[in-house]
Amino acid sequence: MKKLVLFIPLVIFLVMGVFLYQGLFLNPKVLDSALEGKPLPAFQLERLEVPSELVTEKDLPAKVSMLNFWATWCPACKYEHPYLLMLSKRNILPIYGINYRDERALAVKELRTQGDPYTMNLFDVNGRMGLDLGVYGAPETFIVDHNGIIRYRYAGPIDQTVWTQTLYPMIQQLQAEAKIDGAS
Amino acid sequence: MKIITHFLLSCASLLFAGSVMATPVDTYEFKSVENQERALALSDQLRCPQCQNQNLVDSNSPVAKDLRLEVYKMVDGGKSDDEIINFMTSRYGNFVLYKPKLDSETYILWLGPFGLLILGLFIGFIFVRKQRIQESESTTLSTEQQAELDALLNNDKTIK
Repeated sequence: MKKLVLFIPLVIFLVMGVFLYQGLFLNPKVLDSALEGKPLPAFQLERLEVPSELVTEKDLPAKVSMLNFWATWCPACKYEHPYLLMLSKRNILPIYGINYRDERALAVKELRTQGDPYTMNLFDVNGRMGLDLGVYGAPETFIVDHNGIIRYRYAGPIDQTVWTQTLYPMIQQLQAEAKIDGAS
Repeated sequence: MKIITHFLLSCASLLFAGSVMATPVDTYEFKSVENQERALALSDQLRCPQCQNQNLVDSNSPVAKDLRLEVYKMVDGGKSDDEIINFMTSRYGNFVLYKPKLDSETYILWLGPFGLLILGLFIGFIFVRKQRIQESESTTLSTEQQAELDALLNNDKTIK
């Protein structure tokens, strides 16, 4: 018994060692989204191309969809753009583009010259919707299920790896869920 | 003479510089000084989600600026500290708090140090007690041991 007591520091050291070792491989830029599992917050945004047309969360169809925050000032968005264009051609799910803290004219021009992968373009000029969704940079992508619940947030540009390893399996699963709900 | 006036002037400017605190309140006008103080104290405790190692007051990032303004507005709107902190954590998670709340996820953070302290004291206590027991045992020598010791001591003398 007395000898066992002597091992306590070793045990503490090992436990702490394991935690600290894990910490070496954490990416501090990846924050847990506090909103996963919660409904999409209410919003009212102008359409990017048509300022007079207001869109709210009720206007989005009950489908698994992707919300992609982007801006012309963001280099990573330019990197992700061709991949989104490719995705939009495959017609897997609606992708809503939310132009974040940008200038309308620049954004419209960018989409005209580089191609428009989005089902609909919304204009979040003062970042209000971004704030409600806990966005802290661009690009950020949210996957919303058919009930309007935020299921996943991905911060950073989408590319082949992210899509095949993370996003697509999740979207397939959510679409299967939606099908079951739709059938019953 | 010139040097002295220079010296006095610089002293005076330093004195006044202390009372005029530079605060990045942007151009926001608070309803009262108390509100301003409370809002700044709150933004001081909240971490900027983008820059990560700065609080909302220190950071120049657009997100921090927005959040700062949001905090100011909520303070002026009469919201309590708890409501404002909830607003922040419901969007950005516990990460934005420099001082995390006490909940099931953070028990180890809050109670861990006390646990370690108690454990350390416990181990120390056992260690000290064990030494004391050994000490008291070793003070009494049997007659045989005493004789052996005397022999050794005498031996030592003869060598010298």
